[in-house]
Amino acid sequence: MSRILILFAHPVLEKSRVQSRLVAHTQHLEGVTFHDLYEAYPDFDIDVKKEQQLLLEHDIIIWQHPFYWYSCPAIIKQWLDLVLEHGWAYGSKGKMLTGKWAFNVITTGGAAKAYSPSGHNRFTIRQLLAPFDQTAYLCNMQYLPPFAIMGTHRLNTADIELHAVQYEQLLVALHNDRISEAEWKSVTYLNDLIPLPQSVMD
Amino acid sequence: MDQNSFLFQATVFLAAAVIMVPLAKRVGLGSVLGYLLAGIAIGPAVLGLVGDESQDIMHFAEFGVVMMLFIIGLELEPSLLWKLRKPIVLLGGLQVLVSSIVIGALALAFGLHWKQSLAMGMMLSLSSTAIVLQSLNEKGLMKTDAGQSSFAVLLFQDMAVIPMLALFPLLAVNGDAHTNGHNNHTETWVSHLPGWAQTLVLLGAVAAIVIAGRYLVRPLLRTIAKARLREVFTATALLLVTGIAVLMIQVGLSPALGTFLAGVVLANSEYKHELESDIEPFKGLLLGLFFIAVGASIDFTLLAAQPGLIAGLVVALMAVKFLVLYFLGRFFKMGWDQNMLFAMALCQVGEFAFVLFSFSQQGGILPRSITDVMVAVVAISMALTPLVLLLNERVIMPRFGQCKVAMPPSREPDAIEEDNPVIIAGFGHFGNTIGRFLRAHKIGTTILDIDSDRVDFLRRMGFKVYYGDASRYDLLRAAGADKAKIIIIALEPAEKRLELIETIKKHFPHLRMLVRATNRYDAYDLMNAGMLHVYRETIDTSLRVGIDVMKLLGYRAYTAQRAARTFLKYDESKLKQLAAIRDKEEYIVAARSYIEELERLLQADSTGDGFRVDTGWDEESLIAEVRAREAAHNSPDHS
Repeated sequence: MSRILILFAHPVLEKSRVQSRLVAHTQHLEGVTFHDLYEAYPDFDIDVKKEQQLLLEHDIIIWQHPFYWYSCPAIIKQWLDLVLEHGWAYGSKGKMLTGKWAFNVITTGGAAKAYSPSGHNRFTIRQLLAPFDQTAYLCNMQYLPPFAIMGTHRLNTADIELHAVQYEQLLVALHNDRISEAEWKSVTYLNDLIPLPQSVMD
Repeated sequence: MDQNSFLFQATVFLAAAVIMVPLAKRVGLGSVLGYLLAGIAIGPAVLGLVGDESQDIMHFAEFGVVMMLFIIGLELEPSLLWKLRKPIVLLGGLQVLVSSIVIGALALAFGLHWKQSLAMGMMLSLSSTAIVLQSLNEKGLMKTDAGQSSFAVLLFQDMAVIPMLALFPLLAVNGDAHTNGHNNHTETWVSHLPGWAQTLVLLGAVAAIVIAGRYLVRPLLRTIAKARLREVFTATALLLVTGIAVLMIQVGLSPALGTFLAGVVLANSEYKHELESDIEPFKGLLLGLFFIAVGASIDFTLLAAQPGLIAGLVVALMAVKFLVLYFLGRFFKMGWDQNMLFAMALCQVGEFAFVLFSFSQQGGILPRSITDVMVAVVAISMALTPLVLLLNERVIMPRFGQCKVAMPPSREPDAIEEDNPVIIAGFGHFGNTIGRFLRAHKIGTTILDIDSDRVDFLRRMGFKVYYGDASRYDLLRAAGADKAKIIIIALEPAEKRLELIETIKKHFPHLRMLVRATNRYDAYDLMNAGMLHVYRETIDTSLRVGIDVMKLLGYRAYTAQRAARTFLKYDESKLKQLAAIRDKEEYIVAARSYIEELERLLQADSTGDGFRVDTGWDEESLIAEVRAREAAHNSPDHS
């Protein structure tokens, strides 16, 4: 049984179409702590002690957010800057996060194929997530492939719902230790472990 | 009085005031003393420009006291008055009672008849509302313990005058003059009625003021205000005061008390500020006139004839009153400094004694030989009051007060010359939060405060505190204003803040000023005084309430927070714009302009151009573009 911490960030959740549905599917899951950063720290004054305590209480850390400008909304950067202290999260004496799993759950407006050397975003999602990858690495955490919902601009309500159920299944599987290291290492996106019908993906 | 002599007199009085008052203020004596000196200067003793008529003028100018109480009433909300009920009744009652008895006993010992002694005791137990309140106000001391207590005592004295007046006819030693004197002074509509009916009329009059103030005066003022004739509004305000005064005199109440009551009733009305600003100049001038008349009426020939007797009486009287007040203050657990101030402030005899003296002389209670001497004694004691207060402030407090201009007990010798970068002027509820915040971050602050009890406490807490009026140059200098970088002006009275700003501009131009503003108006005044850092007391708190309302209604915390910040920025920028507009429209009086301005604000709010919402996170346009492109390509696999 792994405990999951979702560090969620969306500055205008009330306007969101996809993230709001993802959030709805996380709310009553056993073993999942949903932590809404913009709601908890509207003034950006992050309570570092409390955040560190939360990290200690969980095995899997998820940064869930829209993929703004190829990265995260501001408050997640603030969270990284303040919470992952030297001597606590990293450094010769910073071993508190060792062995935990971490990954991003992102939504992108651009379609999947736009994120390729030949696409207009030129880089792959994995390349663009390198700062998170390296952050996890420095903190002795295992960085998993992202769960990404892409091309959200074109998604209709039904497809959004299917993605949200997919996310919920992923969380249930992770909580019950149904996904092995070998398994997640074999995929580009965690989505691939819980496949959706092909017509949704097109 | 023909016109020529009227104009001549007016010129003499005004010139005396215009010359002496600024001079007195400049050397730090306060305006009351300035007026008194002006009076002495034009009186028979020095220039002799005015003579016996100064007594008449004094009676006329006493109306200034009535106006002052009206204004005080306006500033005093009923709830505050209710809070003061204990000091008013107990402290005030005991002061009048004990002082009357002690002074009466002394008079008896000097061989006066017991009736005369009683009259004397009652008359001399009263203090001068005009001088005390004006002086305390000017020094910004009204909100202190001593100020509030003084006010309570004075209020009680005003009420006590009524039974005294009723009692006086019974004290006549000379039966012959009895009816004569009685009729002379209190011939009113109700004087022929039996006692119970008089009481009924009296209660009815008070009820009338309360009811009319609440239900009649407001609509009347609204109608007048709509006419947009400023002078008519002023006339209405004056009419209100004089009308109530007349009514009160007719039913045998003190007019000051009646107008005070009316003021309290109107304290919550929307015309409060307008009434205040209309009456204020009249009050100021009449009070000034009154003080001048007191100065002019000091009979120096009598003084020269019996200097020992008069000086002795003045000293004895003030000493007795001081001691009574002091022990009462002790009894009511006032701090030493506050108690000194309280006792010093009230130890003179009030203007009402003049009325009572002439009354008692006509009523055959006291012979003219005594009243003449006593009038001189009273006038001198009044004239001495500002000096006594000055003595207290400059000599006694610094030397013996617990809150003398002092350093905190600094054990290590190198800590003596600490130059704090920040000065906080005023450590009330506004200043103390700033002080605590800065202290929590070890930023050295020096505090100036006028409340000696608070100063005492702060010093025990290890703050570096100076006691006194922060707008005084010498105090600022002592507090290290020439070495500090920043001064936070958090004084309560708005006028004091402006005064302090002027002092700093003149003497310490390098100091950066961060100023508290009570409200929007005050903020305008401060901006017009060139202040860059102006902080309205309530704006942040109000907006925090707004944030919480949004959150409770289900808005996202971050959205609510941003909305409030946007609003604050918008409001501050509007404040600057409107400050400029207001400059051009200064004729608009306070209350009216408030409504007009709110209107302007609300209009600007509704156009919404101040609240540009960030669109960086919005996707609508992006989605629309993607879909449009898709439709144009019309290719099903273009995903």
